[in-house]
Amino acid sequence: MQHADARLQVAALEVQRGDRRLFSGLDFTLVSGELLHVRGPNGCGKTTLLRALCGLLLPQAGEVLWNGTSIRRLGEEFTRDVIFLGHLNGIKQELNGIENLRVAATLDGDQVDDAAIWDALKQIGLAGFEDLPTMVLSQGQKKRVALARLLLSGAKLWILDEPFVALDRRAVALLEALIVAQVGRGGLVVMTTHQEVALTSGTIRTLDLGGPVRGG
Amino acid sequence: MCIVRRDITLAMRRRTDILTTLFFFIIVASLFPLGVGSEKEILRFLGPGVVWVAALLASMLALERLFASDYADGTLEQMLLTPQPLSVLVLGKVCAHWLLCGLPLVLIAPLIGLQYGLDGTALAVMMAALLIGTPVLSLVGAIGAALTLGLRGGGILLSLLVLPLYIPVLVYGAGAVTVSAIDLADVQPFMALLAAFLILALAFSPLATAAALRISVE
Repeated sequence: MQHADARLQVAALEVQRGDRRLFSGLDFTLVSGELLHVRGPNGCGKTTLLRALCGLLLPQAGEVLWNGTSIRRLGEEFTRDVIFLGHLNGIKQELNGIENLRVAATLDGDQVDDAAIWDALKQIGLAGFEDLPTMVLSQGQKKRVALARLLLSGAKLWILDEPFVALDRRAVALLEALIVAQVGRGGLVVMTTHQEVALTSGTIRTLDLGGPVRGG
Repeated sequence: MCIVRRDITLAMRRRTDILTTLFFFIIVASLFPLGVGSEKEILRFLGPGVVWVAALLASMLALERLFASDYADGTLEQMLLTPQPLSVLVLGKVCAHWLLCGLPLVLIAPLIGLQYGLDGTALAVMMAALLIGTPVLSLVGAIGAALTLGLRGGGILLSLLVLPLYIPVLVYGAGAVTVSAIDLADVQPFMALLAAFLILALAFSPLATAAALRISVE
């Protein structure tokens, strides 16, 4: 499945948390087939930037544009194209992997049958754990349940906040392959990680957020 | 609705939450006859008000949990990022919440009413009034729950915010039951007013709650 061309544009973005300005005047454009690797020391606003990109956080100034239109104006048309995996896994402890993914897929508006969900969980390395409530799974396994959404979703833009945390080496390799495939089929990926990702196709761009800027 | 089914499944796996609300209601309402004595006239006089106040407090108690667990595990921010209108999702969550916390109160209320010596018509009117009134409590409470999400000491703040807004429902809900005991009086205006509250709350509360959630998640 090849994605149509898409463009994520950030114009003069400024974000403050409390009275601390994290960054200002941030500009970049990301097009289909590109991966943006956001780097910087702890506390420089990487997570905040990602939350602003997906519209969870309202920036003080500037705009995030998706295909040339502000994401505020697009609303649900933008959220259909984006998948965000943050520090919180966004899965319910009381539900098992299958139920979690089924709810997520229905809410995302994806037509996914149970076979596809079983298959995704198997691919992500959770065969045999499908019908256990996720509260009995380990941190890494919970993360895998969350990552299985990447397999099921047709979103063009992936926003991943430290996706490699808590994963073992095989899962890291698997996730790297998923990211490569997403970029390869013309998707966009924005991620923060302290790890280098090797792409076989597409371009990697890096954005270095400076140290925390004081004052404001 | 997928979200209604999800919340009900979740609650069924953690049944204590529903039961605590229900038992809270039963116990609070049962304390009054023990406290004020078993004088029939007094009890019949107090009954409607006490049942309604107990229902108010019980639904307050359950409100805190409406969004808290979704907020804590990140499913709430995922909901904000789905292509579904947030107000519809909110309505789904409030529906599930009412089915789990409001409807049981309505069903158990006649038993409580019997303790206060209310007669058949009064009980029927009370059930009907609760049936219309408790969804209003859930809907209005959802706004407060969304606003206080993630705040320290949010529970107390929530009651301070929401309880004053419950007053109209309390006045007309309890009023309907009291009036039903008088032969010449008609309960219909009370019911009509309660229904009007419900329609207003249905129309505006999901929108307000959705806006409040966006602020809280930020």
